[in-house]
Amino acid sequence: MPYPDSLKELIKKVEATRPARVEKKKAGGEFPALNLDERKGVLEQFHPDVKEEGRREIKIGPNKGYRICHEMVDLVEARSRVNPDKVDLSKPDYTTDVLIIGGGGAGTSAALLAQEQGAKVIIATKLRHGDANTMMAEGGIQAATKGWKDSPYYHYLDIMGGGHFTNVPELVSTLSKEAPDVIRWLLSLGCNFSKFEDGTLKTMHGGGTSRKRMHFAADITGAEMMRTVRDEARNRIDDISVIEFSPAVELIMNDKGACAGAVLYNMETAEYLVIKAKSVVMATGGSGRLHVQNFMTTNHYGATADGIVMAYRAGVPLCFLHTIQYHPTGVIFPEQAEGILITEKFRGAGANLVNVDGNQFVFEREPRDVEAACIIRECVNVNKGVPTPTGKFGIWLDSPMLDVMFGEGYVKKEFPGKHILFSRFGIDIGVEPMLIYPTLHYQNGGLEFKDDGSTKIPGFYVAGEVGGGIHGENRLMGNSLLDIMVYGRISGKNAAQYAMNGVVDGELTLDHVRKYHQEIDESGIETDRISPMLLPDYTLEHVKAKQYSAEYEGTLR
Amino acid sequence: MCDTATIEKKVPEVAEELVPIYIMGKKYEVPASLTIMKAMEYAGYQYIRGAGCRGGICGACATVYRKPGDYHIRVGLACQTVVEADMYLTQIPFFPANRAVYKWEDVRGEAEEVFAAYPELFRCLACNACTKVCPMDIPVMDYVAAIKQGNLEKAAELSFDCIQCGLCATRCMAEMAQYHIAQMVRRLVGAKIAVPSPHVDKQVAAIKSGHYDEALKEVMALGTMDPFNQDANKENIDKLKELYNKRQGESHATDESWEPDDKYALLEDAR
Ligand SMILES: Cc1cc2nc3c(=O)[nH]c(=O)nc-3n(C[C@H](O)[C@H](O)[C@H](O)COP(=O)(O)OP(=O)(O)OC[C@H]3O[C@@H](n4cnc5c(N)ncnc54)[C@H](O)[C@@H]3O)c2cc1C
Ligand code: SF4
Ligand code: SF4
Ligand code: FES
Repeated sequence: MPYPDSLKELIKKVEATRPARVEKKKAGGEFPALNLDERKGVLEQFHPDVKEEGRREIKIGPNKGYRICHEMVDLVEARSRVNPDKVDLSKPDYTTDVLIIGGGGAGTSAALLAQEQGAKVIIATKLRHGDANTMMAEGGIQAATKGWKDSPYYHYLDIMGGGHFTNVPELVSTLSKEAPDVIRWLLSLGCNFSKFEDGTLKTMHGGGTSRKRMHFAADITGAEMMRTVRDEARNRIDDISVIEFSPAVELIMNDKGACAGAVLYNMETAEYLVIKAKSVVMATGGSGRLHVQNFMTTNHYGATADGIVMAYRAGVPLCFLHTIQYHPTGVIFPEQAEGILITEKFRGAGANLVNVDGNQFVFEREPRDVEAACIIRECVNVNKGVPTPTGKFGIWLDSPMLDVMFGEGYVKKEFPGKHILFSRFGIDIGVEPMLIYPTLHYQNGGLEFKDDGSTKIPGFYVAGEVGGGIHGENRLMGNSLLDIMVYGRISGKNAAQYAMNGVVDGELTLDHVRKYHQEIDESGIETDRISPMLLPDYTLEHVKAKQYSAEYEGTLR
Repeated sequence: MCDTATIEKKVPEVAEELVPIYIMGKKYEVPASLTIMKAMEYAGYQYIRGAGCRGGICGACATVYRKPGDYHIRVGLACQTVVEADMYLTQIPFFPANRAVYKWEDVRGEAEEVFAAYPELFRCLACNACTKVCPMDIPVMDYVAAIKQGNLEKAAELSFDCIQCGLCATRCMAEMAQYHIAQMVRRLVGAKIAVPSPHVDKQVAAIKSGHYDEALKEVMALGTMDPFNQDANKENIDKLKELYNKRQGESHATDESWEPDDKYALLEDAR
């Protein structure tokens, strides 16, 4: 959908101020950057993370007193989807060695490694195998594969710096040391990373990297990785079975305190199914679809923090969930592209951010969090946002000024992917600016786990975005595609070895859920909320108002 | 305060044009600017199947539609395609397709292996229905032809953007599942045909031999900062910050020949 006339009118204001802005840039002038105090001020008032009213203390469980976003607390302070007394644990519907919850990159690499140890594996996943955030990653995967200029040592420093030096050192060390082996492994499975003619892998910079170590497969790196490991899992169909559209809703423990399986919910038939397993790997990914503070998101449909909820009920602590990564420039209009990332490279090249009057209000190369906070302030506080036909506000990212500065055709040549995306909607971003707003991108924190993938619960392992600690308070681009492969492989391997060797068999139980319910009641939380969420609810009010007999179980009908 | 919900309330009601669409033959009036996916949600559908990434890359939302008075079959991804007045649409969230199971360790990267796994390749009638139906504009028939000619590299390149939505398989006269074949081909090319990257193996070997352990041990010993007690390990963190700040940065403009002056914790003979 091309820009409607109302927006075309407003674009004239951007065009009116453009010559002066370009002249100023050519003369070396920039919009003044904020000093450290000003940054702090705008962050404290407007960054969704820093804002105190955006969060509250968790009242129950291992992290009682921890302040995180309301949306996450709402899920944690909620009852199970299923009454534990109703579930018949005596006749499991499936038995396996290793159960993997979540069929994204972390879960699938865990499955491959577990199978290689000789284990029988079941992957239970919410949507189709591979419908996951992993599929969506475009940018790349970090690894210090070039020993003449790079090593796990420099990678380690970069990761720590990116995470404000708060990361868990053992997790970071293992991540950086295992990285080249992950690249080797993916290549050996037939993943097509971009290469020079002599076979040297192409690498580029990402935010916060001291060496160019971001490997990529054209601009669909995550998809290429995901479809490669998925295809190999399908080759091992005798040992790896995949159950789709059947998310886990609760972990099952045994009376010895070890994790012993999960309850699945078949979303198509509304049945609950019991899987008995010797060990379990949690790999459910992130939580963008919680739409924290109503933000749009880059994440896939099933990113609803389910793993956090299930494991927390079983007693696994959370960490680093007080920070969430917002990307400052997501598309807010046209609606079809909503939430999609606009690369930082536009701002790096000098494209201004301007408001509804066509005026600059922020330096375009502030750090991500500051940039996002300033955009939000301009829209909700200064009231100079650009109203979109979909009833929201955005800010102009003035891409056409790059063509003015560097010559006609520059935007098309330098940003072919985004140019094509917008041209499908009848918008030429070399001529018309883009409308952007911050978008919810990555769950920095998650479940506490160790660098062998294990947790404080025997038989329970963690891998991927659902885990916390690797990235501390802030993940750098390219390190999560890496972490899902590193810890997917480690968790899969160790979960299998535990299953083949160290298991303590016992009576299956959901007592932890009963106890959790009791804790909710005793803490005085009054709620009929249930969780995990499983899928977001996008049914509109005008429909709901007429669904006189519909029953919603949480967000699901 | 920074809450798009609040923002929405501030906006005057936008009177949006509604258009009729026919979801599986049944008429609904939906806002003209919505994607098919959001239009179906607007109409009251709740997705279980048929939605995945919602960003045009997972292939979960393949949709076919027709317009009155026009015999063409049109296709699109429900998450990327804007509704049009009077479109008759249905999603095809699943279509049976056979995938050959083969032992990855045993394949060598030869076209004959693909032929053996998928003999139906040779039933292709060059009808081009697959290319016409591909929502990613992939020349499906051409990559099938390239495979038949044994040119796996060309097929890998032509099929690279395939999102495995399965639409090509729904239309194939030869009843093959083109995208599974292309997946096998791309993996063969990536692992067995493309030039190897020895620098990766050298680095892996160096790491396994413990080459970087000393350097890593030293930085790890400096520990970490507790976000809720930032002064607890201050001296060490200051040292860590110093190391961080003085690490030499590679500039954006370098090519593959660049090497840092500081050779600490690097590898000789790494290329
Ligand atoms: C648009 C986008 C771009 C990105 N770009 C990059 C990049 O360039 N580089 C980088 O390093 N990182 C990037 N990331 C981040 C990275 O892709 C993810 O963090 C990573 O892929 C997560 O992998 P995962 O396996 O942990 O989770 P996912 O890949 O999300 O997989 C989790 C799976 O679990 C399933 N699931 C969820 N709940 C349940 C349940 N209850 N039961 C069963 N299954 C369940 C989900 O449906 C999903 O299939 C990007 C992310 C997005 C969204
Ligand atoms: S080649 Fe087939 S499966 Fe791949 S995107 Fe095109 S139609 Fe879909
Ligand atoms: S649809 Fe089938 S038969 Fe027709 S050109 Fe494509 S591969 Fe060949
Ligand atoms: S939902 Fe993934 S391509 Fe449309």
